[in-house]
Formats: sequence, structure tokens, C-alpha cells
Amino acid sequence: MDKFFRWLTGNKQTTPTPAQDVANTAPLSEQQIQAIVSNQNPRFDLQQLISSCGQSVGKQRELNEDSLIAMTATMAGNSGNLPFGLYIVADGMGGHQFGEVASNAAIRTVAGYILRKFHPYLFHIKSDTMDESFQEIMQAAVSEAQRAIQREAPGSGTTLTAALVVGQQITVAHVGDSRAYFIYPDGRVEPITRDHSLVKRLEELGHITPDEAVNYPHRNVLYRALGQGEILDPDIFTLGFPQPGYLMICSDGLWGVLTEQDLVRSINEAPTLQRACQNLVNAANSAGGPDNISVIMVQLLG
Amino acid sequence: MGSVYRARDMHFPNVTKLVAVKEMINTAPDPLVRETIIQNFEREANLLATLHHPSIPRIYDYFTKESRSYLVLEFIHGKDMEAIINETNGFLPEHQVLTWAVELCDVLDYLHKHKPDPIIFRDMKPSNVMINQMGDIILVDFGIAKTFQSGIKGTMIGTEGYSPPEQYRGEATPAADIYALGATLHHALTRRDPRLEPPFSFSERPIRRINANVSNEMEAVVNMALEYNPESRFRSAVDVKQALTTVARKTGALIHAAPLTGPMNASGIKPLWSFKCEDEIRGTPVIFQGLLYIGSYDNNLYGLNAADGKFQWKYPTDGGIVTRPAVFDGNVYFGSEDKRLHVISARTGKVIWTYYTNGPIHSSPRIAEGHVFFGSDDGYIHAVNLNTGRMAWRFETADYVRSTPFVARDLVYTGCESGDYYAVDFRGELKWRFHAKRSITASTVGTEQALYFTSMDSTLYALDPRNGWVLWRFRLGKASISTPCTMDDLLFVGASDGFIYAVETRSAKEVWRFRTEHQVNSSPVVYKDSLYCGSVDGFLYCLEYRTGRLRWKFGTGGAITGTPLVYDDIVYVGSTDHQIYALLA
Repeated sequence: MDKFFRWLTGNKQTTPTPAQDVANTAPLSEQQIQAIVSNQNPRFDLQQLISSCGQSVGKQRELNEDSLIAMTATMAGNSGNLPFGLYIVADGMGGHQFGEVASNAAIRTVAGYILRKFHPYLFHIKSDTMDESFQEIMQAAVSEAQRAIQREAPGSGTTLTAALVVGQQITVAHVGDSRAYFIYPDGRVEPITRDHSLVKRLEELGHITPDEAVNYPHRNVLYRALGQGEILDPDIFTLGFPQPGYLMICSDGLWGVLTEQDLVRSINEAPTLQRACQNLVNAANSAGGPDNISVIMVQLLG
Repeated sequence: MGSVYRARDMHFPNVTKLVAVKEMINTAPDPLVRETIIQNFEREANLLATLHHPSIPRIYDYFTKESRSYLVLEFIHGKDMEAIINETNGFLPEHQVLTWAVELCDVLDYLHKHKPDPIIFRDMKPSNVMINQMGDIILVDFGIAKTFQSGIKGTMIGTEGYSPPEQYRGEATPAADIYALGATLHHALTRRDPRLEPPFSFSERPIRRINANVSNEMEAVVNMALEYNPESRFRSAVDVKQALTTVARKTGALIHAAPLTGPMNASGIKPLWSFKCEDEIRGTPVIFQGLLYIGSYDNNLYGLNAADGKFQWKYPTDGGIVTRPAVFDGNVYFGSEDKRLHVISARTGKVIWTYYTNGPIHSSPRIAEGHVFFGSDDGYIHAVNLNTGRMAWRFETADYVRSTPFVARDLVYTGCESGDYYAVDFRGELKWRFHAKRSITASTVGTEQALYFTSMDSTLYALDPRNGWVLWRFRLGKASISTPCTMDDLLFVGASDGFIYAVETRSAKEVWRFRTEHQVNSSPVVYKDSLYCGSVDGFLYCLEYRTGRLRWKFGTGGAITGTPLVYDDIVYVGSTDHQIYALLA
């Protein structure tokens, strides 16, 4: 009550609040918010891709059987410059003699095939678009890799998760249990590939629960792998690039030991994509690093 | 990698004794891998040498030379089952598959009863079953009967498609062969290759849904062989055989071919109303404030009461009307073969203004941003101001423009008869172009992600709306002028091969196809959980859009080429029998 009267009478004895403090606690104006947001999400008048990657042999393996490739460029298209990117992770099959040969042959062949197709567009000016579709190019690249592996390392196999980015379209070719994810700034983690593993299939059929899947004894059995079988039917599909958000591709050495929260934390704590990849690899190693670790992060700006 | 040669045995110079020589080239650079491959080969040879059964090829010799190993086997005149499945038009008759199945049970029973140890074939699939000239089956390729190579680390690999779940865990029992037999029969009866489907997904492809000619009994036997749990399957190959012979007795399958089930009757569907014009209706109706507008080849645009089909007025032009009218701000816009775009009052049918082009108009108007966009046989895309009726711009294409412009994101997308496809901005300037191999008559349907359209080059295209790059192409059986429609993650379209197709928008994978009796030039529409589409066979089909299963069909007296309209639970469709029908959806 005393205070109330002092306030009523406008008692000057109360220390006047410094103007600065008021400014600090007041809600931000629309303009200020805009300034902060635009700082965090810089606008680029030209769309562009940035990417980074990380790899580790892990804590328990002696040999790295993972292979990856990450390439970023711009392409002179018939409607201005188009971002172009090619990102591949391949995880060679353990237990087979040539896991690392298979994964290496896979990325060499797939990347080589795709780049040959895009060579005229990347290194010359072409006004018309390609006759073949992105999905057909991916399909053909995977078939060629299948033959290459059967030739170079018969009996071996590898996973393959390849993303071709042209403009805002991501075309994915996927075999095995490496994964591609969309990760959104609000913490949502959306796997966009489906593992070709026995355990995942049993889970889909409802024969085991997701909890049982984590400790399932045959967790590593794949029913589809590059280099294996007469007919290979890769999953091939096209999606729009998440904006804002990230495309992440990784081997099971990463997703097998980190939860979605771990992924988001590692990425959010990092000031740059490079650091994000480093954080992810470190986190997987801290969690035991039972397998080779490979990760690629991609962001489309503008 | 290996090949099989047809060879002549020169031990018998005076007669022609043919043998099959199976060659295996060992390309593995690693000595350990090479050794394993040779051992597998020799195991097959030794195994075959101990077996005597009419359905197992006899072995004469085997040898290894440098990096190549050879088996000399009985030569089988015939073809493998996979080739037969692929070369057969339509489905194999049930009695045919049943006969083979019984013989397969015999040989599996022989292998499973082998002493001292049962032999598990482990690789039953159509390509390992030969059918000889007598029509009997021979099981080939015993070399793949390998155990799983479990790795010291990481990942192991299983075989795909025909194998049961337990085989992925390295268990091989007679029950595994029975599952694979079931998978083989499923493939033979449905023509769906399980290697192209997720494992253990047979129950998602019920046989009779794909091939209605198969008997219930036969389907039940195959389903039991394909049970997920080994204990739920038949206990032995003999049991399968018994079940199969019971089927044969019941259906008479072994005596004569299963009778073809007749086409479904029109199931007595009565239209709510119909209205007869003086000539064919090839266009699509539109409804606005209780009135239905439809053009006819009798040159008139009709205004009908949508509830009872009562004639309100007609507006005569000087040419046939095949376009779908557009309604905007109380006016109806439509093109006619008299080369004009007509704008009339939706209420009275009185003319507001007309706009001349230099060719007949087959392209339907699209209204956006205060303009009406349409193509003409004069080779231009026209943009006309709605208020003034004057041309804002026109864009010259290479040929007749018969497809309806699609407008999104400040761009106008249209194909033309030369096969060129254009993205034009609102100033009439070309943004990008694309070229199909033949004409693009169908219109485009677009989403944020892609533009979808068909062409006479028998392709369904998905293009990036921003730059015209091709995301995917889907081969149709024949040319198409049908405009696709989308629902959820599915895309539906008809083609002149008589099929209505459902394709996944992300992966371009076919989900189902439905066969009509003639070309499908009509464009499908989806309403609630049904898809409606007409066919030149005269029927309007109503299908369950997720599965492609027929709900009903309604016969008209002529081809249906226009697109149905579904509004307020009523389907409206015009036919070349001069009538427009209103049916309960």
C-alpha cells in the first residue's frame, strides 16, 4: 500500500529505471525480429547448395569399408543458374572379402556415370534439357554399378544411398540400410529412405516391435544390396529440397548409435555445416563407434 | 557369373547327343573367394551325381580349367518357367500352373526324403524350373544351395523375393522350400515378380484380386504355403500335393480349362436424368449456381438445370464445342471450332463478347489473374483481358495448341501438337521449353513439386515446374491424350491401350492398372474414395482409387471421351451417343 501511494504521488525517490533496461525487457519489434531472422537465414538472390561431410573408421574396426562422395556446383540451365549436387554414401558389406572394394566401385561408377551425363550441362552451355529423366539416369547408374561390383568383387555387396540435386529437386537412389534424412530447424527428423533390412521388414509387418528391433539378433541382414542378386530393384524417387532444412546422408555407423535427439543436438550446436558433421562423427564415436561412420550434410540456400 | 552352352557329346560321334555345359567364370581376384566358388561348384556336381529323379537333370561330368569350371548335364529341350510367364500374353491358365505345381511337389518330396540327410533346394523360383517338350518340369541349378555367409562384422546378405523369413536367419528346412514353391506359384498366377516387391508382401497382392480367373481353392493353397510362420504352412510337399489334387477335383482344373468369368454386368444402374443434344458430346461439363453447362458437336452450348436436367437455354455457335467451359464472375467462357472464344452470361446465355483467333479452338480456357488463357489451332497461346475482351499477348508455338494451359506460380504451361511444351510468363515471354517425341494434346496437372502430362509418344512425364528438367518418365502401353489427375501421392491417367493407370508421384512406380475394353481418351477424376473415368468402349467406370477395383460401370450408347464431372455426390458425363447423363456417385 505504501508503494502504491508513492507511485500515486509520483515519489521521485524510487530509482528511475534506466532506459536501456526497458529496451532489453520489452518484446522485440517486428522489425527487430525480421533483422534477427534474416541474419540467421541469410537470403541469397541465387539459390546455392552448401555441403560438408565427415568420416571415421570408428572405435572397433580396423578397416574403413564406407565410401562417400560429395560434389557441389552450379549449372547453366535454360532458366538461369541451377544448383547441382551429387552426394553418395556406400557402406561395403562386412564379412565379405571386398566390402571396401564394393563400396568404392559403387561410388566411382555411380558418380562417374551421372557426371558423364551432366558433363555437357556443367561444362558447356546447353539450351535444352536432357531427354532422359533424373530417375532414369539414377536407375542406369545403379545398374552399371551393379555390374561393376559383380565384375570387380564377385560375391561382395554394398549399400548405396545417392542423392542427385538439380535445382530444388532431390532424386534419390537407395539400396540397403544407409539412410537419407530431412532435418528441419524445428527439430523434426524425417527419414526419407526405407532400410532394405530384415529387421525393418519384420517391423513393417508388425512381427516385432520397434523396441525389439533395436536388439534384434539379425539386425545386419539385408535383403537387398548392390552387387547381390540377378535383379536389383533400387528405390528411386524425387522430392523437393527441404527449405529451410538439411539433407543428411549417413551409414548405419551413425544412425545405428545416435537417437534423433542426438542428431538434432549435434546439428543445432554447430555454427557451420562442417562443425555439424564433425559433431555427428564425434557423437557416434562417443557412443562406442562400433562401425565405420560416414555422414554428408547438405543445405539449399536462397 | 556363368553361362550355359548347348554342346554335342563327341564320345558318340555317330549320333547327336546333346548336353548342356554349364560354365562358371571365376573372376574373383582373391584366392580365398576363388576357392569357395570352386567348392560350391563341385558340391553341386557331387550332389547331382547322387540324385535320380525324372525332374532332376542327370550329370555326366565336371571339370575345372584355369579360371573356368564346367558341369556337363543332361540337355533339356524347353524353356524356363520365368520365360514362359514373361512370354505369355495375359495369365497362365490355372490348370497349367496346377499341373506344374503337382510335379514340383513330387520332386521336392524326393529331395526332402533324401537319405542320410534331407536336401533343401533353397532356391525354388520360376527361372530354376525348366519345362521340357513333354510339358514336364525339371528342377535346375542346384549350385545356389548355399548357406549364409555370416560376417565377422557388419552385414550379411540374404536372397530376395522367393525366400521365406526364416531363410534370412540362415534356417533352411523343408518348410522353406514350401514357401518358395508358394512364391513361385504366386508369381506364375499373378505375373507379379516378387523380386520387385518388398519381401513377405504376398498377402498384400491377393492372387484373385490380380487374376480373377484363379479359383478360391487354388488361392487358399498358395496362401497356406506362403504363411509367415513355418509351422502354419503345409507340413510337407506331400501335403501340398494332396491339397492341390483336391483343388483339381473340385474345380476340374485338370480336366479342362477354367471357364472365363464373364464381364461384370452394368448392374442395373439408372441415371438420375439424361439429356439429349443433337450431336456427339465430347467435352466436359461444368456447374455453376445450379446450372450445368456443356458444349456439343451440334454447335450449341447448353445450360441445363443440374438437379433434373431441364433445358434452360442454349447458345449457338458456328462450330462444334469440345472444350470445357470456365465460369468466372457470372460469365461462361468457352472456345468453339468456329475459331472464337465466346463469353456469355451464365444466367441468361446471352453473349457478352467474343474473341477471334485464326483457327478452331479445342483448348479449354483457363482463367487466372484477370486474364483468360487458351490455345488455338492457329498455333498461338492467347492471353485475353477479362474486362476488355482484348488480347494482352499471344505466344507463338510450333503447331496447333489443343491442350489446356495450366497456370501456376506466374507461369502458363502448355503443350502443342509438335510435341513442344512451353512455360511462358505473364508477359508472354518464354521461360523454358521442353520437347516430347510426339504431340502433347493432353493438358497438364501440376503440384508444387512437378508438372504431369502425357504425350502421343506413349509417355507420362513429370517435369520440374521451375526449369523443365525431367524428373521421371513412365511408359504407357500406347499413346495418350488423357489428362492426369492426382490424389494423395497417386497420379491417374488413361491411355489408348485401354488401361487406366495409377502411378506413384514420387517414384513413378505403377500401383495398379485397370483394363477397359477400348481406348481411354477421357481423363480420370477422383471424388471421395472413387475414381471416375470414361472409355471409348462406352462405359463410365467407377473404381476404388487406392486399389483400382471396379465398383460399378455404366454403359452409354457411344464412346465417352470427355471428362466426367463430380459435384455434390452426382457424376455428370457426356457421351458420343449425344446424351449427357447424371448418375449417383
